[in-house]
Amino acid sequence: MDRFVYLDNSATTKISDRVLKAMMPWLTEHYGNPSSIYAIGRESRVAIEEARGKVAAAIGAKPAEIYFTGCGSESDNWAIKGAARRLGRQGKKHIITSVFEHHAVLHTCKALEREGFEVTYVPVDKLGFVNPADVEAAIRPDTAIVSIMYANNEIGTIQPIAEIGAICRAHKVLFHTDAVQAIGNVKIDVAAQNIDMLSLSGHKIHAPKGVGALYIRKGVMIDNFMDGGAQESGRRAGTENLASIVGLGEAITETYENFEEKVSRMTMLRNKLMDGLLQIPCTRLNGGRENRLCTNVNISFGGVEGEGLLLLLDMNGVAGSSGSACTSGSLDPSHVLLSIGLDHGIAHGSLRLSLGADTTEEEIDYTLSVVPKVVERLRAMSPVWQEWSDEERAGCNL
Amino acid sequence: MLYSAKVMEHFANPHNVGELKDANGVGEVGNQKCGDIMKMYIKVENGIIEDVSFMTFGCGAAIATSSMATDLIKGKPLEDALKLTNKAVVEALDGLPAVKVHCSVLAEQAIKAAIADYYKRQGIDPTPIVGNLEECEACGHDHDSCSCN
Repeated sequence: MDRFVYLDNSATTKISDRVLKAMMPWLTEHYGNPSSIYAIGRESRVAIEEARGKVAAAIGAKPAEIYFTGCGSESDNWAIKGAARRLGRQGKKHIITSVFEHHAVLHTCKALEREGFEVTYVPVDKLGFVNPADVEAAIRPDTAIVSIMYANNEIGTIQPIAEIGAICRAHKVLFHTDAVQAIGNVKIDVAAQNIDMLSLSGHKIHAPKGVGALYIRKGVMIDNFMDGGAQESGRRAGTENLASIVGLGEAITETYENFEEKVSRMTMLRNKLMDGLLQIPCTRLNGGRENRLCTNVNISFGGVEGEGLLLLLDMNGVAGSSGSACTSGSLDPSHVLLSIGLDHGIAHGSLRLSLGADTTEEEIDYTLSVVPKVVERLRAMSPVWQEWSDEERAGCNL
Repeated sequence: MLYSAKVMEHFANPHNVGELKDANGVGEVGNQKCGDIMKMYIKVENGIIEDVSFMTFGCGAAIATSSMATDLIKGKPLEDALKLTNKAVVEALDGLPAVKVHCSVLAEQAIKAAIADYYKRQGIDPTPIVGNLEECEACGHDHDSCSCN
């Protein structure tokens, strides 16, 4: 099958031509260690500082507040463990997060529970939003940090970050947000939104894999995660991933150029895909329609299991992902879909299609021609679908 | 996770799919919570499985194991079908990823459930012949969280 439509941009993206071009010199002739004193070392240093400036400018931070890391997960680990351990020594042993965070945050919190921290997991509503009042109610005198994701990775719902930021600031509690899915798709202003720390990753915005960043507001002190040399102002050791850092700087600049036009075009395509798929009987949109990333479509198909769906889509040249247990390597479906109240059976039958800046309308049309056939084929062999009444097949139990 | 070419072949073009209208034994195992449900239909004549079909809600491995298992018992005497192990199904498929082995267990149990149903319909107690069907073994959930307790 020659046809290939990539609709899994929330998993990773293709490196853009412009990013690759910007990176190439730093993979070839400009190989100097940025910590070295001679000319090719100094050139590398300048390139890194330029990239730092670009990342800072994109989120309203100062360059000195940006620290490059190895990935979004490292940024999350560093922010939460670094803050919790430092403040834990001052008796602050409580953390607040939400039930539907990425595992980079959830498993970090679980690890801290084993170190003696107490974690409050605030719920999300049926549409996939955290209620800021729940966060405020959970704050205690010993709360060290609040970590709430900017936008959910599976259902694309954009959280009320500014409101949560204001609450945390008023209570003098550190506020971290995992913005890995949001970056490039929403406008972020860390100062205006009272964000103390923010995680981002390069490979979600057409930069390479293996590079991320953590914004740490000036004056916020957290423990180091990677000890060693004096890189990143002595806060994150390790020789810099030079070319990838340059790539991240270029990608974040590119993604915010013509931003309004890009978002409106992607929103139009996303709506076409979402509404087209919802024409299939017995389907359900997971996550609210409003305040949703322009990249994200997440739909459950009654009576169908997700992995079979993905395999058949792949055979037709469409790449997507699912919250099905079978794709997670465990027997439980996505914790995100369960957190918004889906039954296990319906959660197993979910499909996430995520658009990139390079997705075309023709690709959406092709996808819309494939999915109904694939769903119909799986339903024809599904004992669940077979046993449902006409009312159930009309979507009454979704 | 990688499936063998054989698994992909049976997933893409499964054999013996659909409801068998004149079946005289039907067995269903698994549950939606675990993500896999298999339903097997058999038509038995003179102790031989003359026809067989399946319907499955589940992943690629569940569909492929259903397809292979039905192939392996078609035209066979009941006693041979009862001897079919999940291991034989896995081998016939050139292997399954470790996390998917439970699908082959479900296929084995679905066949046993269909045969048990056949005996019941004949007025014969299936337990001495088929044994107890313990669904929870296949589902892999710990007992506390499993709805099939």
